[in-house]
Amino acid sequence: MDNPVLTAINQTLYSVSRGVQAVPGSAIAINYIKNSYQNDPFRVVLELGLAIYAVKYMLSKKYRIDHNHVKLTEKEIDELVAEWQPEPLVQPLSEVQKMELDKAHVIVGAQGPKPKVQSGKNLLNLASSNFLGYITNEDIKAKAIETLHNYGVGSCGPPGFYGTLDVHINLEKDIARFLGTESAIIYAQGFSTIASVISAFSKRGDIIVADEGCNFAIQKGTQISRSVIRWYKHNDMADLERVLESINKESRANKKRPLTRRFIVTEALFQNYGDIAPLDKIMELKHKYKYRVVLDESNSFGLLGKTGRGLTEVYNISPRDVDMIVGSMANTLSGAGGFCAGAKEVVEHQRLSGQAFVFSASIPAMLAVCASEAINILGTPQGERLLKDLHENSAAFRSVVVSPSATQAMEVSSDAGSPVLHLRFPAASLAAAGVTTRDEEKFLLQEVVDEVAAKDGVMITRAKYVETQEMHLPRPSIRISISASHGKKEVEKAAQAIKAAFIKVLAKRK
Amino acid sequence: MGKGSRAAVSPASLKATPLSSQHHAKFQEALSVKEPKEKLHWKGFSSSEKNRALFKTSYDDIMEEPPYFYLITTYLSYIILSFFGHVRDFYGFRWNKKAFSHLMPSNGYAALISDWDSFWTRNLKMRIEDCFSVPTSLVPGRTINMLERVTKDYCRTFQFTGKLKEAVNLSSYNYLGFAQSTGPCADAVEEVVHTYGLSSCGTRLESGSLDLHTKTEELVAEFMGKESALLVSMGYATNSTTIAGLASKGSLIISDELNHNSLVFGARLSGAFIRVFKHNDIEDLEAVLRDAISQGQPRTHRPWKNILLIVEGLYSMEGSIVKLPEIIELKRKYKFFLYVDEAHSVGALGPRGRGVCDYYGIDPKEVDILMGTFTKSFGAAGGYICSSKQIVDHLRLVNHSSVYGESMSPIVLQQIYTSMWSIMGRDGTGAGQERLSRLAWNARYLGSNLRKMGFIIYGDRDSPVIPLLLFNPAKIPAFSRECRKRDLAVVVVGFPATSIVASRARFCVSASHTKEDLDFVLRVVSEVGDILGLKMSSRKALEMGMDV
Repeated sequence: MDNPVLTAINQTLYSVSRGVQAVPGSAIAINYIKNSYQNDPFRVVLELGLAIYAVKYMLSKKYRIDHNHVKLTEKEIDELVAEWQPEPLVQPLSEVQKMELDKAHVIVGAQGPKPKVQSGKNLLNLASSNFLGYITNEDIKAKAIETLHNYGVGSCGPPGFYGTLDVHINLEKDIARFLGTESAIIYAQGFSTIASVISAFSKRGDIIVADEGCNFAIQKGTQISRSVIRWYKHNDMADLERVLESINKESRANKKRPLTRRFIVTEALFQNYGDIAPLDKIMELKHKYKYRVVLDESNSFGLLGKTGRGLTEVYNISPRDVDMIVGSMANTLSGAGGFCAGAKEVVEHQRLSGQAFVFSASIPAMLAVCASEAINILGTPQGERLLKDLHENSAAFRSVVVSPSATQAMEVSSDAGSPVLHLRFPAASLAAAGVTTRDEEKFLLQEVVDEVAAKDGVMITRAKYVETQEMHLPRPSIRISISASHGKKEVEKAAQAIKAAFIKVLAKRK
Repeated sequence: MGKGSRAAVSPASLKATPLSSQHHAKFQEALSVKEPKEKLHWKGFSSSEKNRALFKTSYDDIMEEPPYFYLITTYLSYIILSFFGHVRDFYGFRWNKKAFSHLMPSNGYAALISDWDSFWTRNLKMRIEDCFSVPTSLVPGRTINMLERVTKDYCRTFQFTGKLKEAVNLSSYNYLGFAQSTGPCADAVEEVVHTYGLSSCGTRLESGSLDLHTKTEELVAEFMGKESALLVSMGYATNSTTIAGLASKGSLIISDELNHNSLVFGARLSGAFIRVFKHNDIEDLEAVLRDAISQGQPRTHRPWKNILLIVEGLYSMEGSIVKLPEIIELKRKYKFFLYVDEAHSVGALGPRGRGVCDYYGIDPKEVDILMGTFTKSFGAAGGYICSSKQIVDHLRLVNHSSVYGESMSPIVLQQIYTSMWSIMGRDGTGAGQERLSRLAWNARYLGSNLRKMGFIIYGDRDSPVIPLLLFNPAKIPAFSRECRKRDLAVVVVGFPATSIVASRARFCVSASHTKEDLDFVLRVVSEVGDILGLKMSSRKALEMGMDV
């Protein structure tokens, strides 16, 4: 016991233990440790180590994802800041972009079947979504004014914060009743609807199988959802089945993964092509592979089917079998806003998770009432007559542009029965004429637009895209929207003029 | 709610309810009442010298912490609530399969909604659903008419009684009181229904551009002091469909942590890298900027193409006003582009109602992009982007809404045009200026008196959005129901729209409120505050020394 080292250790330990004992409550702690770790010094060491590590971890700096963060001095940072020159936010407009802006029609006064444009001329309108002629309907206008004097214009709040009006509730009921679904929800803008619907249900890790020809809104919806996205060839059911089968194979190989939500997303009437999705086959595959179907009827609601109930009516499929039907009130109904119809759970979930619903002011009462009125007309004999007129006009237009004399100069990608027609120069004729770039093709089409406006008094428009952001950019085209408010003769005449312009512009180029 | 002795508090002070017909008559002249005018504090800055000296800060958007008792009970409440939620789920999933079917995989389909995502909704929010999404009717003006509804199954379903309940409206974003069904705006809108109809039937770029669009865009640009303006038919979409046209891969977006969902949505669509900074914290912003510029892009360290800073002018949940002068200073040094979302501040801030630039006396040219909505101050719908002609022209071609979405309806355009015309004083009546003054005075009057009563109020003193902190979750429905009982309509918000402890009630002041209305509001809120124990601020004494 006379070893000085041992004595020193002993003394230190003694003074430490005195010190510890001086802390109030330490006796209890020491007693606790003694009792719990009797004859097990290893465990004490291990747990002490863990405790020290925990303290160190908590005191350490926040975790960085960026592992190659370079440590710089303040001076270096100042220099880098001074050196850095940002690119401008936008680039100057190109020739073709200037043309896009300059050539867009501006209507002076009211929109309608024959609106006045900047040049002062009244043109026959084959460019606007005034399919059933609702824009000039005096009953709807009267209803709107009545609403104005009760509700004012804006709703001054999102639906969750006192922005839900009784007229919104009525419109939702009208849509659900008309389509035959359990319920429906309305959004304030047609374009923003489907992106919110898709991202409300399809989350990270879920699977979306979508048609390549889908419109931009759907593309953005799939992007924002962060789900796994697989595209199938436009309206190609064999390819859809191939994609579904390959997903099935993958999930069979990876059995441990829990069952994910899976969706097939398609448009009913394609905005970019004017053709119609084979819903019967899609439903068959849906049931076979257990997918939910999101059907975008934005362009077909109110247009397709005997009474305008959309693609489900054409194929005689119960709308309740389609999980989510998304539509727009801005197209056929000549109003504004969009909707999603489906089962009660589907709709109620969106009231909290549909981002464009929750975070946006609700649609103005006047526009909601007009949409209700427009839907109510659809079910009546008046509505059926309008639809009949519309389809006769489409058929008349189509019979002119889809004819042997036109095939050299134009091709039509739209299905028969579609009031939306895309007209393009055939690729072979373009090649023969030496047109190679997309911009050149656009200039040619614009010539057609200008020609028929100046010579024949017909207003048409090229289909416009945000080209840099489109996933599968369609070829440039002229999109024709037929209206029931024109006479059959007028439509035929306009179609002849358009056909002649196509032929003329192409011939000039050669 | 309302059991025992608490319910015995009789609203005796409320005999003279502002909803009496006599009061209505008074309101007819309300907008020409002169009384608040001389008390205004429009000196370009938010508070008077004296007040600022008291707080020793240049701004006073201080977020006061509640006493510990309230913090602890709040956390405890959430623990108890989620415990009961889990018990309900446990039994529900086993013995009430029908009601839970959409949360469970069935027939080879995965659950439609994950049960964890909807836990909060099903177990907490649904039970106080009567306080949210209240359906209304008629004009959301000075008063609001709620559709009376009853529930027999604990808020699962509601039945309408067919009656309307009128209440003083502190819930709608009607800052300047332009939500009206009569008056110059309504007359002009009626006229436009006849001359223009209700829609322009198309997108802006294809066939839906009217001369009315051009005319309104010119006025908006002039109002905001910018070269050009672009109108979008939906406020949310103004953000969500524009940002992708400004930033892309290789750009950096720096965003305030409390930015609105539409900004987050838009930023995510753009593909740019996103970093956030602490709410309205200039030091943190500078740290983020320095780090971002010096480090460059992650992994590659290449310099950023450009940096876009996105902030809001007035934060609608916090009532805080962006510290724009400091940000402009940083902008000079760090060369980022600035995007200010004035959804709530346009019309509501600044001596001329031109938003946050006007409020601080900053030239709007200093801000690259001014975005705002017409839903709030103008009683319309939709939004605008104001910027240089070059940027706006570019956006016309790449903004998703102008290329693919419906264009703004003529009725909305006309409402914007007429209300803006009035704010600019071009109608020659001074009614617009009157509205601005009333709003400013009303905001100050309500906010400062609530602070003096001892409530914890967030936000800036000039904010027309006044958040009153409730903290405990049980006080959310209690506050809403007690106020409604006393003819006052308020918005209450809790988690997840706010942080878990900071549940709040939010008052939106309007120019259409009279001083009597606000006195009524103060009486009601004070009374409800006493019942619920909300006067917990430790700064009451300090507040007593402040001017309105």
